[in-house]
This record gives sequence, C-alpha cells and structure tokens, in this order.
Amino acid sequence: MTAPSLAKSRGFDAATVRRLLPVYGVYVALAVLVLFNIAWTDNFLAWNNLRIQLVQVTPVVIVALGMALVIGTEGIDLSVGSVMALGAALIPLYLGYGMIPAIALAVVGGVFVGLVNGGLVAFVGLQPIVATLAMLVAGRGIALVVSNGKYKDIRDKDFLAIGTDAFLGVPYTVWIAAVLAVVVGFVVRRTVFGRRLLAVGDNRAAAQLAGVPVKRVLITVYVIAAVLAAIAGVIQVSRIGSADASRIGLLIELSAITAVVVGGTPLTGGKVRVLGTVAGAFLMQLLTATMIANNLKDSTAQMVQAVIILVAVYTARERRTR
Amino acid sequence: MSASDAPLLEVVGVSKQFPGVRALDDVSFTLRAGEVHALVGENGAGKSTLIKVLTGVYQPDGGDLRHLGKPVTFNGPLDAQAAGISTIYQEVNLVPLMSVARNLFLGREPRNRFGLVDVARMNREAAEILAGYGITSDVRRPLGLMALGAQQMVALARAVMVDARVVVMDEPTSSLEPREVETLFGVIQRLHERGVGIIYVSHRLDELYRICDAVTILRDGKLVHTGLIKDLDRLQLVSHMLGRPMSDVRKAGFTSFGGEHSAAGGKPVLRCADLNSRHKLTGISFEVLPGEVVGLGGLLGAGRSETIKAVAGALPLDSGTVEVDGTTLRRPNPVAALKAGIAVQPEDRKAEGLALGLSIRENIALAVLPRLSTAGVVSERKIDKIVETFISRLRIKASGPHQRVGDLSGGNQQKVLLARLLATGPKVLLLDEPTRGIDVGAKAEVQALIDELAAEGLGVVLVSSDAEELVEGSDRVVVLRDGAVAGELRGDEVTTEHLMNVIATAAS
Repeated sequence: MTAPSLAKSRGFDAATVRRLLPVYGVYVALAVLVLFNIAWTDNFLAWNNLRIQLVQVTPVVIVALGMALVIGTEGIDLSVGSVMALGAALIPLYLGYGMIPAIALAVVGGVFVGLVNGGLVAFVGLQPIVATLAMLVAGRGIALVVSNGKYKDIRDKDFLAIGTDAFLGVPYTVWIAAVLAVVVGFVVRRTVFGRRLLAVGDNRAAAQLAGVPVKRVLITVYVIAAVLAAIAGVIQVSRIGSADASRIGLLIELSAITAVVVGGTPLTGGKVRVLGTVAGAFLMQLLTATMIANNLKDSTAQMVQAVIILVAVYTARERRTR
Repeated sequence: MSASDAPLLEVVGVSKQFPGVRALDDVSFTLRAGEVHALVGENGAGKSTLIKVLTGVYQPDGGDLRHLGKPVTFNGPLDAQAAGISTIYQEVNLVPLMSVARNLFLGREPRNRFGLVDVARMNREAAEILAGYGITSDVRRPLGLMALGAQQMVALARAVMVDARVVVMDEPTSSLEPREVETLFGVIQRLHERGVGIIYVSHRLDELYRICDAVTILRDGKLVHTGLIKDLDRLQLVSHMLGRPMSDVRKAGFTSFGGEHSAAGGKPVLRCADLNSRHKLTGISFEVLPGEVVGLGGLLGAGRSETIKAVAGALPLDSGTVEVDGTTLRRPNPVAALKAGIAVQPEDRKAEGLALGLSIRENIALAVLPRLSTAGVVSERKIDKIVETFISRLRIKASGPHQRVGDLSGGNQQKVLLARLLATGPKVLLLDEPTRGIDVGAKAEVQALIDELAAEGLGVVLVSSDAEELVEGSDRVVVLRDGAVAGELRGDEVTTEHLMNVIATAAS
C-alpha cells in the first residue's frame, strides 16, 4: 500500500505510468539495455561493435517503417519478407545496364506487390492478414522463378559499394535507413496522406463519410510498405554480395511487427509511432546481441523477446480501453 | 386456444438497468397461446432488451418471469430454448459456411446406425421441409450463398422445427421480397393455428394490422399500452409510440428553433429524383431550396437514414439522380458528394462520424485537408486558424484543440462533427438525428445553429425521431413510409398532428 502513495509523492501515479508506459517504455528499456551493456559487455562502445549493430538492424528498421504505416490503418503486411526476396532476385537481371536500372526494377517489383496487396484489401475487401499471407507465399515463389532458384553472386562494384562503403564513418545503408525514417516521420506528421491514413485507421466508416478517398489511401499504404521492403532487399544483397531468393527476408515480417508493436503503435490503428518503431527495432537487435555477447543461447534471447512483446501489447491494450 | 389458460410466457414488473440507462422500467407483458403479439416502439424504447430478457440473454434486475404460469429463471439462451422459445434475429445467426441442410439440422442431425451423420437423409428431409417455405435451391450449398431473405426462411424453418411454443421474430420482413413476405405470413398463420405464440417486432404498420392480434407499445423503457390491436387505430398507435398526446400539441415552446425561414426562393440547392435502392428506397424525390430546412419524417425503418446516406453517396443506388445547385452528381460517392457541396452528419456519430482516437483538430480538418495544404504537405498554421474559428463559433468546450475527441461529452463531440461539416463550406447539410444523446444545453445550441445556418442560405435536410424537433425545426416535412414518400407537410400543416396522421395512413 505504500508503493502507490510513495509514487504519488514523486509526481507519478499508477494511471500516469500506465498512460506513458506504452509510449516511452521502449526508450526506457533501450536505455537500460545500453547502460547494462556499457557496464558488462566488453568493447560494447567500440565503434566496430556499434557499426555492426547498426548495419544488422538496418533491414528490420526499413521494413518496420512500412509495417508501422500499414498497422496504422488497422492492417498488417505479412508479405514483406517475400518482397525483400523479390527485390533481391530482380537485382541481378538488370545489373548489366548499371546500378540505377537494377534498383529501379527492384522497386517496380515492390510497387507491383503493393498494388496487389492494396487492391485485395481495398477493392476485394479481403482481410489484410489473408491478402498479404497470399502474397507471402506467392511473392517468394515469384522471386524463386525470377532467379531460377539459383544463388547469384554480385560483382558490380558500384552496387556492392552501397553495402560496404561509408560516409563520415557511417555505412551508406545506415544513412539510407535514417533518411527513410525521417521521410516516413514527415509523411505521418505533416502530409495530407499521413492524416488521412490515421483517420482511416481510427474509423474507416467515418473517414469515408468525411470524403477521405479510403481505397486510394489503403493502396498507397501497401505500396509504400512493399517498396520499403524491396529497398531493404536491395540493401541486403549489396551487403552480403549475393542474391539468394530462398533465404533473404525470411521471417523478417515478425521482427518488423515486433518492432512496431514494442515501439508503441497499437494494432488497432489510428496511431503511428515512427521513432518508437525505430527504437523498437534497436531494442530487439540489442537484446539478441547482448545475450550472445554474454554467452546466453539464442533460444534464451527469443524467450526474452517474447516477454517484451507480451508486455508491450498488454500495456497498449490497457491504454486503448475506452 | 390451447388446453391450459395460463399464458405461454409472462413477465410482470420487470426492470433492467444498464450503466446510465434504465432500459426497462416496471414492464409487464403477456403472451398467450396462438397469439401473434406485436411489440413496437421507437429506438431505445426497450424492445430488444425485453426480447433478450424473454429469451434468457439478459437476467432482469427485478420482476418475475413466468412460463406456462410457473415462475422460471432463464440463466442463458439455452434454458429459454429448452422451454420452447425460439428467436429469429434481424441478422440471421446461422453458420454461413455450412450447407443449408446442415444449418437446418444443426445440433440434431439424423444419425445412421454407425452413429455418424446420415447426410443423404438429412439433405432429403431438408429439401422437403424447405420446399414448404418456398425454397427450392440446392440444400447442399453453403447457406452464405443464399439471398438474405432465403437465409431468413431457413432460420425460420429451423426455429419452427424445434417444436417451438414461442417464436420471437425481430423485424423478420426487413430483408424479404414481397413474395417471401407472403410465405412468411403463411408460416405465421400455420404456427398460429398450432397454438404457437408469436412475438412480432416490426415497424411496418400495415403488417402489424394484418397479422397481429395484440400489441404492446414501449417507450423509453416503460410500458405505454397493451391490448388488442383491433381496439387501437393507427393514429393512436403512432401517438403512443412517439409519446405525443394528440390533444396536447402546442406550437413552439418545446425546442430552441425560431420561426419559419424565409427561403430565398429560386432554384433548389438540392434536388433528388427517383432514388431507388433495392429493399431500402423506392422512388424518393424531394427538393430543398436555399435557406430552407426540410425535415424527413417517418418511423424507424421508414428509410430516413437510408435517404440521407443515398444523397451523400454512401448508399449504392440502383437508379435516381442527386442534383446540387443544378449540377447532377455523375458518380455518387462520398468524395464526389463532398466536392459538390453536400456535408453529412451520420446518425451514429461514434461509429460513422468521428475518429474518436484522434484530436479535435484532426477531426475538424479531416474533410478539408487538401484545401489546407500545399503539394500534399499540410499547413499547421491554416489548420490552427480554421480549428480556432470553429471551436469558438460553436463554443466547443475542451481543454484544447489537441484533446482526444473520445474524451469529450456527447454534445461537444457532435459540435466537433458539425464543425467538420461546416469547414467544408457546404451548400447542403444533411443532419441525421443531430441532437440525439446530447444534453439539453448542447441541444438548444445545435438547434439554434441549424436555424442560423439556414438563415445564411444553406439547404438543410433534418432527420429527427423527436416529432417536436422535426416539426418546429423544419419549414417543410417530407414523410417517408417503407422507403417511399408517403406525403408532404407544408405551411400550416407542419404540426405533429398532421405528421402522425400521414405516418398512420394506410398505404393505398
């Protein structure tokens, strides 16, 4: 009984904590984890280590940005991993003509899948989970057909430079992710599309009657998510130097959804936390890295991740109760 | 009449309280064997609650429930079913993915000697039974593929098969074709002869007078009248439902509306011609002049909200045109309607009006974002300006423009919604129950605002279940019945008396 009164005297009460936890919990958890690592993990602050963490988290961050937008419309996109594979598989086809056409083709592949996803959701009226599940299966199939099921090495120097070179000591891929995060943040906060997206997610019927072009908004959201996934696929290829359609992006949809949810974006739509999503991706990455660095098994890391997801969803649920 | 004189089902002095509402207040109701008993009342009168008490879905807070004269307690729908009470809900509650025959026999499938379902026999019997209801389609197909009316027939056949002694029908004809309605009435007649008691909920007066023996009228959770339907004429029935004693209709004084508006005359700002939508609207036509408030009258289910939706482009039309300021809307959809100058306030502001999780600011600006932005990027300054204007003009009480709309009172929510409508600079306002569920103060403000807007030259279409509000707020009233225009009140005829008269008149 003393705990709440004590907390109150410090200017907090249970309700405030419950309200703030889903929003700021991810930053607190991230800070705690960083402090723990600084204290206990050798060489944690070494630039080499930080660089590796950043590079590894990049694809998840990029995919999660798109996922956050989709979840903001009360949807979900399970096909992102397959789209990554498709983007990766398309790269070798046009790389002979140069880097730009190759990347453009990968992006077109993303647009295509996004249009199918969005069309199924907006016009056919399929539930997002079903529509994108179909593309999860079909997308990787197409990727395997495109690549003839073969693992392809990439030798184009310009292209590989994306994955290996750095600007001001920070890898290009990280810069790309950072720029994309800023752009997505701007889109959500400052554009007509962003506002409409949130309205559609909060109350689709009301948005419709308020003259919001709901179908166009939904299609655009799925196209953006798929294009971001394709870009993540391209980055992955440039980093590992090969395009393997059967492996790239496997299970990344789960990491992305986790990052979004842990970052404080409710699955019920109407809200998108871009910075929280980025922090969520970092938190999950760092958690795995910490476990490995401290000689705990990967399986332990997975269980801890599961607990964090449950806590995140639970606190978010509390907040949404009307 | 059955052997026993004890009523089939009886409630005495039953009450049911929900947070903030007294849904049933000391209501008594008696259903005798072989009786078709109409249960009527407007929205929120307590019909559904009473049905749910009778069928064991709700437990009453007070009062007695008697079955064949003996006190009973239904702890759940299963108890009620065991007592022979079957319910056919408005929305069919069967399993759409299972076959028609499966649905019909759900829970009591015929077994073969191995204890497995005897599919052949089930299908054969189902086909025979349904043929009696005028359904000849393949019983092996999933139920969900059948038309809604046919699904309702299957539900009815199922309810009757269970040896029901009481059948509750909640607006059974709302999705039926005229031919199917006849079949339904035939079935009701057979049940009636078998001594089954039927509770029949409907808003279609013609139906009630055709098939019902008795009637019970509820209003605001209270019993207003019960007795034989032949002792009650239509006007009395309507007057009981709406709660307006026919003699006691005073002009003005009930609401905050001013007098007549001087319609600027000239060309109509809104003209609807021959709007048709299957099962919902038939040949609806009316006009609104600039500066005029046109009321849409009629009972629940008469097609008022559907008409509003149709004009706003949110209800698919089979035919008909909507014309704003002389320009016909080419493709009716909400975006086009908004562009043409039609702003709509839907009946259910929480479900269809507001994004409750977003702020006041976002909600007001939602419909006009393109106007407040450059190249897709919104101008916070322009939004602030428009939001401030409307918050002060409509006197929206909130801690600030960033407060969540879901946290506001009903009246302030409604004002936020109206602010969004007005921000679009409309020529026509469609208001569906603008004062429902808001406090008296806000109600007066909204009513005064409607007057003010009409005075500024907007065309307003007003729907209200409150007869007083409708009559005093409108310059003309178009009365709807069964999705068609039943009459129009002009000038001195715009009184609750005339309104009830037109509503009660039998369709000729």
